[in-house]
Amino acid sequence: MTTTTVDQLTSHIAHLERRRRMYGGLFATIFVVLFISSFIVAEDMNSGSFINGLGQFFDYPTAVVEESFEAGSAWFGLLGKNLPSLIDTINMAAVATLFGTCFAVILAFIASKNLSPLPILVPVARRMMDITRAFPELIIALFLIFVLGASPVPAMIAIAFHTSGALGKLFSEVNENIDHGPLDGLTASGATWFQRMRFGVLPQVMPNYVSYALLRFEINIRASAILGFVGAGGIGQELRKAISWSQGAETSALFVLLFLTIMTIDQISSYLRHRLVGHSFLRTAA
Amino acid sequence: MVATADASRIDGTYAKVMSASRRQAIWPIAILVLIFGYLTYAYIEFDVGALLGESRLERGVILATDSYAYKVHVERDFVDGETEFSIEGQRNTRFDGPPEWVTLDANDDLDIDLGDGYRITVSGRTTTFFSPDWPPIVAESNGEGVTVEGPIPEWARVSEKKFEARPELFKRVQVLRNSVEVHRYFVGWENFWFEFSSPLHGISGAQLWNMALHEPRIDPERPNVAYIANEFWNNSEWQHGDVFIALIETVIMAFLGTALAAMFGLPLAFLAAKNFNPFAIGRFALRRLFDFLRGIDSLIWSLVFIRAFGLGPLSGIMAIFFTDTGTLGKLFSEAIENIDNKQVEGVQSTGARPVQRYRFGVIPQILPVFISQSLYYLESNTRSATVIGALGAGGIGLKLVETLRTGRDWENTLYIITLTVIVVFAMDIFSGWLRRRLI
Repeated sequence: MTTTTVDQLTSHIAHLERRRRMYGGLFATIFVVLFISSFIVAEDMNSGSFINGLGQFFDYPTAVVEESFEAGSAWFGLLGKNLPSLIDTINMAAVATLFGTCFAVILAFIASKNLSPLPILVPVARRMMDITRAFPELIIALFLIFVLGASPVPAMIAIAFHTSGALGKLFSEVNENIDHGPLDGLTASGATWFQRMRFGVLPQVMPNYVSYALLRFEINIRASAILGFVGAGGIGQELRKAISWSQGAETSALFVLLFLTIMTIDQISSYLRHRLVGHSFLRTAA
Repeated sequence: MVATADASRIDGTYAKVMSASRRQAIWPIAILVLIFGYLTYAYIEFDVGALLGESRLERGVILATDSYAYKVHVERDFVDGETEFSIEGQRNTRFDGPPEWVTLDANDDLDIDLGDGYRITVSGRTTTFFSPDWPPIVAESNGEGVTVEGPIPEWARVSEKKFEARPELFKRVQVLRNSVEVHRYFVGWENFWFEFSSPLHGISGAQLWNMALHEPRIDPERPNVAYIANEFWNNSEWQHGDVFIALIETVIMAFLGTALAAMFGLPLAFLAAKNFNPFAIGRFALRRLFDFLRGIDSLIWSLVFIRAFGLGPLSGIMAIFFTDTGTLGKLFSEAIENIDNKQVEGVQSTGARPVQRYRFGVIPQILPVFISQSLYYLESNTRSATVIGALGAGGIGLKLVETLRTGRDWENTLYIITLTVIVVFAMDIFSGWLRRRLI
């Protein structure tokens, strides 16, 4: 057995400290080099330069605000006129969230190690969720718009696809953290798999599920507005038209509508989520 | 089972409890009915039935076939007697002579072998289609139209001007009044390595290896390896070089945007945290600023920035920077408010100055949140960057939209999608790895 003296320990600590500093310095250097070189590359690729752009940054917002003031009371008419397209966007998000949540629940039950009816399928379901989560919605939407034509349905499918992966992962994490007491009780009374899930698991996980789904609904409203930009209809399409035709008043009206909707739904859903699961359970959903 | 008599006795004794549980049982059903009703409304609102009727599913089939296969055209013009062999019927991909499955004899008669027992012969103005399960079909082009004798199978169509047969997805013939066109499909991406006009086109991998290492220089100016790499990189049909640069552009957008957001978000978060900024007005203003930055999607920011900075990655970077300063600022300030004060007090009790209190009391506590959230946003911004790019900020998104618009080369689209997904996955794995290493 070797004896460790205090000197040895201090020298070891100093060694570790040096190494830690070296790693820290290395990381910082790599970061700075990457940062500066990518800035140079980006500046190079851009059609306008950074410095010039800073001066012009407020030009466009100013123009939009000025035009909105010129429109006067007609501006409020624009709000009403664009309401149907806003409802379209909300509907797109709602339907996509509903379908996405259904698929997510199914995937999550298969992917949870402690609940899966077929343990072999656990890794399969997990990889499926990874894939659906990582696939950019835009690509699927563009693809489907090409096949199905420009309409809200391709966007809904794309969002539902992404939602099922993103929620599935969160749901399966919830599933794996449940209390197993009720399940054991049900097993002892001879319940089938479905009965165990229905009476042992669902009551426990339901509040969290609803909370995550609400959070996802918020995210999906943005997503469906964005997909409107590539032809899926709704408020995104109107906004793109207004911006590309430089209709300032229309742009600001749509902008305000979208902003208010997102804010309202944000408030409602955070209120509901607080009611459902309490303050301790607030995490950003992936 | 509970007997009926027992059931009614329980009902009588515990009326309140039983009716409460029955009332509760109605909820799931009511919610299901509501959801079903809503979906019906949505179905009608979006006119899904009509949409499905109008959908161009055949486009999907073409797209799917084209994305993994290419076709070689054999075309005979009866007026001038010319025969052409080309890939996808394009002028710049024409073969000099017939491929090995076509024979062109001295009388200018064509014999085209389509594989699996399907064969086509063209002699004069007569096209004969041989197939294993149907007697030979003879189509005569007479300058006015096309005539076909006898019955035809269901995989063929005949009209006055045209005879068309496609017994299998990969075999197709079209006889018109003055020409005949035969398409045979092959699995693979044509001209992927080298463009058709390149001297390296069609050379096997082993030959290429040999050429790179042992043979004399093709271009006296540079080594063969550089020549081969250059031919591949500048392939004008697949644009490997351009696609690669576009991918780099997208990654740069995500990286710079997130890095800037994290760097600006952290100090702002301190100013927005209750335990570091005693001025409620300042905190309130910052919080609302975060909400504002976050509430406007990065996509809409990008449209504003494109007006100022022009098309290109800078606009994308600024868009991501603005949105995520809001998100990260909010998350960091929450983390700062939740720190354990004992550690700060401990540092303070040793006589530390305020800067040292932050450095040793606060930073170690919020560092894990800082790193993990920044990395998480880096990975999700790689996805956003493709979307922002598609609307004009450049990068792989723009490239993808370009190839989709031309709607011709689906293999190119699939190539770009594959690369994008690989980059997104790689970013996921990289940030996950870094997160585990650092925390």
